[in-house]
Order: sequence, then structure tokens, then C-alpha cells
Amino acid sequence: MGTLKVPVTQHDHIKGPADAPVTLVEYGDYECPGCGAAYPIVNLVVEHFGRRLRFVFRNFPLTQVHPNAEPAAESAEFAGAHGRFWEMHDGIYENQDRLSPPLLFALARALGLSELELRNALASEKYAPKVKSDFLSGVRSGVNGTPTFFINGHQHEGSYALEDLVLAIELQLHAKAAL
Amino acid sequence: MSKVLAAGTVAPGFTLRVTPDQYLSLSDLAGRPVVLAFYPADWSPVCGDQMALYNEVLPEFHKYDAEVLGISVDGAWCHEAFVKDRHLHFPLLADFHPKGAVAEKYGAYRESEGVCERALFVIDRHGVIFWSHCSPIAVNPGADGILDALERLPKEGASDGHAKSSSHAA
Repeated sequence: MGTLKVPVTQHDHIKGPADAPVTLVEYGDYECPGCGAAYPIVNLVVEHFGRRLRFVFRNFPLTQVHPNAEPAAESAEFAGAHGRFWEMHDGIYENQDRLSPPLLFALARALGLSELELRNALASEKYAPKVKSDFLSGVRSGVNGTPTFFINGHQHEGSYALEDLVLAIELQLHAKAAL
Repeated sequence: MSKVLAAGTVAPGFTLRVTPDQYLSLSDLAGRPVVLAFYPADWSPVCGDQMALYNEVLPEFHKYDAEVLGISVDGAWCHEAFVKDRHLHFPLLADFHPKGAVAEKYGAYRESEGVCERALFVIDRHGVIFWSHCSPIAVNPGADGILDALERLPKEGASDGHAKSSSHAA
């Protein structure tokens, strides 16, 4: 199956140490119910592996079927430009059932970010190129839907159930330890 | 899995219903690269749907001047509802009557289930298959293979026609 064609760089949103033996990359859409279901599981995975895991989130919005996916992704990027990406990311997924522009503005305000600045950023599509570049990196890596995970550059073919993700990551840890 | 037509084969022509009152022929698109995507059925779940993905990747396909056509055995009215629901911006063709006849010509019909394979064809400007691929029926093949093929297509004007079209990579 697919391999990650665009390596993780400092332009990515990264949680966890740069020298972690395993990197988990998720291509996700903020309005996708599957991604919403995977969100708490990914948090458990991140917590479980601690400093042995680096987690990266990249945008893969299906804009024609999920009208709020693009503004949500751009809002998260906007927050990221202010050093608050993960708070925004969490806020969106934790409130996915009421995802809408007013929610995005409320989340920005709650983070102490300017609603006006966010409105302007959305209107001028300031962060659209970043979202697009994430999306295209996913397409080139064979992402065919969301959520799609890559573990150390290899597409995870199992489900995103906790035990499947944990097992796949443990296999990578053991492979690394055996070297 | 069926044996789909290979690169280097002249793409069989067809005329299929694209809406309840319109037809589209492969020859209408002569001079442009064409992406033919056979798929089993409309109405797959949204987040992993092949047509939804191609809809998003459409601007990239257009950079290569390529036209994308989805083909399944669903009827034109079904396609119309699906296109409307998913906001698809490219045509879906109904290989409905006689059922699967075009898919059959491309080696992309599953007689046992009566549906199209998940088979992809990139057809060059001269109507010759440049690249083809068949996935397991449950696996959405993504768009990377199509984009790679479009990238490798000779540029418009770079070739003087059929003379050079025998150098297709598999």
C-alpha cells in the first residue's frame, strides 16, 4: 500500500519528541465522522506511548461533501500561526457535532485569538495554500479517504481501533529495538 | 480480478448516457487526456468514496487538461441523485443498457456480481490507453497512480502523433 511521499518537517503540526522512534501521521478532515471517532483513540495512543511516539496531523478535507471541513482546517492553521494549533484542533473535534463558522469563531475567542483576524484570514483564504499542500501530499501518498494513518512512513492498513493502532506501533517499536 | 486492457491498446469507443437526457462519447473528448474510472456502485460511504476523492483532486487533473469520467452500471437517474448529493463536478456515465457492455470491452466487468471492477484507465490525446490499473473491489485505489500517469504523458505538441505513442510505460 501507500508510503508517505512527503516527509515530516518543521512546517507540520507535531506532538511529541523529534527523536521518537515511531512517527504516526494522520490525514484527517474536521467534519469527517470517522475522524471524529478516531480523535479520542489517537489521544489515548499518544498518551500510551508517551515520548516513544511523535504524532503529526495533516489536513485532508473533502470540501464538496463537508462544507465546514475547509474553514475548520484553515481555522486550525490560523491558530497554529499563533502557536495554538493543538488547542484549536482539540476544540474542533471535541465539538464536531456542532461544527460551524460560529463555533470556529467561539473557539478562537476562547483561545484569546482575534475573531476579526480569523474572519479576514478565512475570507482571504490566507491558510488555504497550506491546507491544499497537506491535501496534495496525501493524494500523492495514496490517501484515499479519511482518516488515513501512516506509521513510520507506511500506510496503516488496519482499523483505527485502539488495539489495532497500538499493536501496529508496538511492531514498529520492536523492529527498531531489534536493529 | 478481471484482466483489464493494457497500456498501448486503443481505447474502445463508447457512447453512454451521462444524464437522463444527454449522451457522451469518448470521441467527444479526442485531443485531450481522459481518465476513465470504472467503479462498482454509487453511494459508497462519503469519507472513503473514490468519486468524492476525484472530485477534490479535479483541479490537479485539469492541470493536465484531463477530463475525468466515472462509469458504473447504475442508471442515469441514480447517477443524477448521487452527483447532486455529493456535489460532483465531473460526469458519471451509466453503463446500464446493455448492462456493463462498455466495462466488458475494457475487461472491467465482474460477471459474478454484475458490477464494474475498480479499474482505472488513463487514455492519451490520441485515444490510446497509456496506463491502466485494477484494484481489489473493496479498495479505493486513490488518485496517486492517475496523477503519476498524467505526469508521464507526453506534453501536447511534444509528440507528432501516433508515431511516438508506442513508447508507453506499463
